[in-house]
Amino acid sequence: MTTAKNEHIVSSYEEELTLLAQMISEMGGMVEAAVTDATQALLKLDHPLAQATIARDKMIDEMQRRIDEKAVSMIARRQPMAADLRMIITSIHVANDLERVGDMAKQVSRRSLQIEGLSLAPKFYNGVKHMTTLILHQLQAALDAYAERNSAAAVAVCNSDDEIDALHTSLFRELLTYMMEDPRNITQCTHLLFCAKSLERVGDHATNIAEAAYYLDTGKHLSSAVEDLHRTQVKV
Amino acid sequence: MDMMAGKFAANVTPLEEGMSLSDHPIRLEARDVCVHYGAKQALYDVSIDIPDRAVTAFIGPSGCGKSTFLRCINRMNDTIEGARVTGRIALDGEDVYDRSLDVVELRARVGMVFQKPNPFPKSIFENVAYGPKIHGMVRNKAEAEEVVVSSLKRAGLFEEVKDRLHEPGTGLSGGQQQRLCIARAIATRPEVLLMDEPCSALDPIATAIIEELIDELRENFTIVIVTHSMQQAARVSQKTAFFHLGKLIEEGDTANIFTNPAKKQTQDYIMGRIG
Ligand SMILES: Nc1ncnc2c1ncn2[C@@H]1O[C@H](COP(=O)(O)OP(=O)(O)OP(=O)(O)O)[C@@H](O)[C@H]1O
Ligand SMILES: [Mg+2]
Repeated sequence: MTTAKNEHIVSSYEEELTLLAQMISEMGGMVEAAVTDATQALLKLDHPLAQATIARDKMIDEMQRRIDEKAVSMIARRQPMAADLRMIITSIHVANDLERVGDMAKQVSRRSLQIEGLSLAPKFYNGVKHMTTLILHQLQAALDAYAERNSAAAVAVCNSDDEIDALHTSLFRELLTYMMEDPRNITQCTHLLFCAKSLERVGDHATNIAEAAYYLDTGKHLSSAVEDLHRTQVKV
Repeated sequence: MDMMAGKFAANVTPLEEGMSLSDHPIRLEARDVCVHYGAKQALYDVSIDIPDRAVTAFIGPSGCGKSTFLRCINRMNDTIEGARVTGRIALDGEDVYDRSLDVVELRARVGMVFQKPNPFPKSIFENVAYGPKIHGMVRNKAEAEEVVVSSLKRAGLFEEVKDRLHEPGTGLSGGQQQRLCIARAIATRPEVLLMDEPCSALDPIATAIIEELIDELRENFTIVIVTHSMQQAARVSQKTAFFHLGKLIEEGDTANIFTNPAKKQTQDYIMGRIG
């Protein structure tokens, strides 16, 4: 882990760096809540919750804009170097990924609003529920790795992305089976399929955030290391 | 192409973007260089390779020995009372401290530009023609004129001064004077150009012009620059060396040093942190 914990000579710069880190955690919290609420709204067909989640996406977008502005202004005024530079640059990347996760939550919420006069059977949605738990855990772990500048934790997040992909594939097959069993299942299973797809994309963004955490901590890019790991893993 | 092109069009190409410095031939090689001023040691066992036709920047806090090391390269420390240099510095494999080496000739091969522009109290023309004349590189007026014009062009100053070549160099602006000093330094066709904080007395525009010039000059010269501006080092150099308390702490590709330095001391310094 990065050990540069010395105070910056210019204390207002130090404060700005801290503020930027706080903005990222805050945005992370907002996005985690949005994903939780969006899936909840879908599984329970809770329309008011779906609407509230959609409305909150504007705040997430606004947060991204604020982080961008802060980062750009710090680059212009402070000429950041080394770990400071990496922190500021990755904050732009992480905020961008979080914003996209927010969009996924919005999409899932919209989908739940389209479903009328139908209730989803737990038999069908348990897989999606499980996947949501896993994804949220993944997102939290990525954000923690970023906040703590912990490259080992970041690698762990990237490695478990395969698990999510595998889960997504098996969920797809399972829902397909239900649809083949009885065409009346097609509507709800299709909605769940799309939802699972969105969740899987959230997992990809979590991986991006973990990669940013790795870069922040080490100054090196993880991609090649991860590719090696992927190659050694057996695909489902 | 001007008259200098032939001389410098050797079989080495300038450092390309993305080309690794390690692939680049070494022009200067320093090994275990120590400098004492009287009883006080100013430099401790500095070993570094300076790549050919690239810009190498020396950075570090005030008093860490950057200028001292720079002065070792063209033996300017010889002129300082009580200064003692040990170790080895080789230019193209040839020891610059070898007894048989002519120091005057060495200084023609290793030019120097100082912090404060210091044109001679002579005309612009004479400032540039002086070096080639004393080194017997020009035989007549026409040859001198050719060197003066091509050097001023190379230093990006010719257009601004072509109508007043015989007016005093001291009448130019600070930025122009510094470019005149660069023209003077390159007039003897040196292989290496040493620059000690060449922009610290200049405004941002004049600085940008000099930086642009440095970037052009590296096609033909090996440049070593001392700078207090980390941004300048990051902008103009391909290799950066960080000095601290007389020791070379870390050296490497500039991009690497400024995004991911290996040593904590370097990190603290470039990030402006208390060490
Ligand atoms: N002529 C001299 N006589 C005695 N000591 C000297 C002389 N020149 C330099 N020193 C000492 O040697 C050390 C290195 O000085 P040097 O000028 O090389 O540092 P520097 O890194 O160039 O600093 P700056 O960034 O302030 O120009 C300092 O402690 C300085 O006081
Ligand atoms: Mg100095």
